[in-house]
Amino acid sequence: MSIKSKAYIAGVFEHPTRKADSQSLAQLHAESARGALEDAGLTRADVDGYFCAGDAPGLGGLSMADYMGLKLRHIDTTETGGSSYVIHVGHAAEAIAAGKCNVALITLAGRPRAEGMATGTAPRNYGAAAPDVAFEYPFGPTVVNQYAMAAMRHMHQYGTTSAQLAWIKVAASQHAQHNPHALLREVVTVEEVVNSPIIADPLHRLDCCVITDGGGAIVVTKPEIARSLKRPLVPVLGASEAVKHQMGGKIDLTYTGAVWSGPAAFAEAGLKPADVKYVSIYDSFTITVLITLEDLGFAPKGQGGKLVADGNLIAGVGRLPFNTDGGGLCNNHPANRGGLTKVVEAVRQLRGEAHPKVQVKNCDVALAHGTGGSLATRHGSATLIMGRE
Amino acid sequence: MAGKERTIPGPPTNPETQVFWDAAKQGKLLIKRCTACGELHHYPRAICPFCGSDRTEWTEASGRGTVYSYSVFRRAPIPYAIAYVTLAEGPTMMTNIVDCDLDAIRIGQAVRVNFKPTEDGPPVPMFSPA
Repeated sequence: MSIKSKAYIAGVFEHPTRKADSQSLAQLHAESARGALEDAGLTRADVDGYFCAGDAPGLGGLSMADYMGLKLRHIDTTETGGSSYVIHVGHAAEAIAAGKCNVALITLAGRPRAEGMATGTAPRNYGAAAPDVAFEYPFGPTVVNQYAMAAMRHMHQYGTTSAQLAWIKVAASQHAQHNPHALLREVVTVEEVVNSPIIADPLHRLDCCVITDGGGAIVVTKPEIARSLKRPLVPVLGASEAVKHQMGGKIDLTYTGAVWSGPAAFAEAGLKPADVKYVSIYDSFTITVLITLEDLGFAPKGQGGKLVADGNLIAGVGRLPFNTDGGGLCNNHPANRGGLTKVVEAVRQLRGEAHPKVQVKNCDVALAHGTGGSLATRHGSATLIMGRE
Repeated sequence: MAGKERTIPGPPTNPETQVFWDAAKQGKLLIKRCTACGELHHYPRAICPFCGSDRTEWTEASGRGTVYSYSVFRRAPIPYAIAYVTLAEGPTMMTNIVDCDLDAIRIGQAVRVNFKPTEDGPPVPMFSPA
């Protein structure tokens, strides 16, 4: 069964806060939900399906359904880190196509800034029962040095340079200058990126995403409901997910799970990379974008450096505009999970509601891709292709 | 090289991996081999990740390998090198490269296992230039 055009993204919302000193975590989820429902022209009472991931407090979906007073007949708390919410859109479309719900609400929120979390630079320990922890945690794996190993290998194998990676940040900063909510609105140059301090070889400070509080929400509905609303119609055309891990020790850091999720999503949509007018690519680090674009088929493996260089990702300048809100590198990375905001900006582009300075002309096909977990160990990849009617 | 040493947290052990850590205390690096499909894997599991068989057995690795990738974490209070080392036997494992000039580490470099004590557990297999 295909989900193509069997569900529509009717509402999106990105919480404007970047530091939530005065809000609770549950409150941020609920405020985001209100925003997306209002955007769609729906109410809380219309929601019969709810999706959230590991950032939701307490018992996740149960706690948030309780807080928001939702009456549900479908719930899905699939957890794949920052890519969860891209997967949720696909799962919502499946549930809607199968008649399991009519209006699906997806929420995300977090307060890593307010809580002073050492997001990228402290080794993460998911508990002694995690089967990998004894064989990884003693070696100090942080988010940054794990992605750095992927970058180091890509450079070694394909000759990718720090300057090429820097172009990804430059493009994001060019876009962020137009976003009043972006955490970092200053335009930066390739020189400024490569001269910023090294965090973990070969990644510099400006190769890393921001740490922000906030959240977001998405409302997915069945076609009849979407058509009854006043918002532009954004159908889900294709969605796919994949998990890549260490494969028992046959480790290859030069590709991501996007090599599987990308082709499957394109096949469902009946489209190819050349049909895509705008891409939202998870940008935890610059290297994440480069490898993902290769894996999705926008450049041959190893040639991503050439694709991203020389302003090619800048709206109105290059041939593949990306992350026109400034992305995780400049705008927002709420809860250290950037998948949801990737979908939000893609929907803005398809509706023609992006900032005029970065709006892509005739944007009728957009792709959002999430990568959650770690490139170097295990991650969830999710590709979502959306259209405009 | 000299000066303060990074504190290494001890690995949590469990019945499935106790043999690995007992061997580590004697300076031996074990890996798992599946007698059903013949594949070697790491980290060690009771159930083979390649074929699902429970006929896995411990085998001692040579301790030799090459650096697949690495990164020196400059931002840490005491910089250290995380790495993936591909063992001569095949599997690639996460580790640290230690007792060397961190600036001289290279992909493809030959390394040899070098067990290091931990704060509150058995020693862990790190690697140094061969």
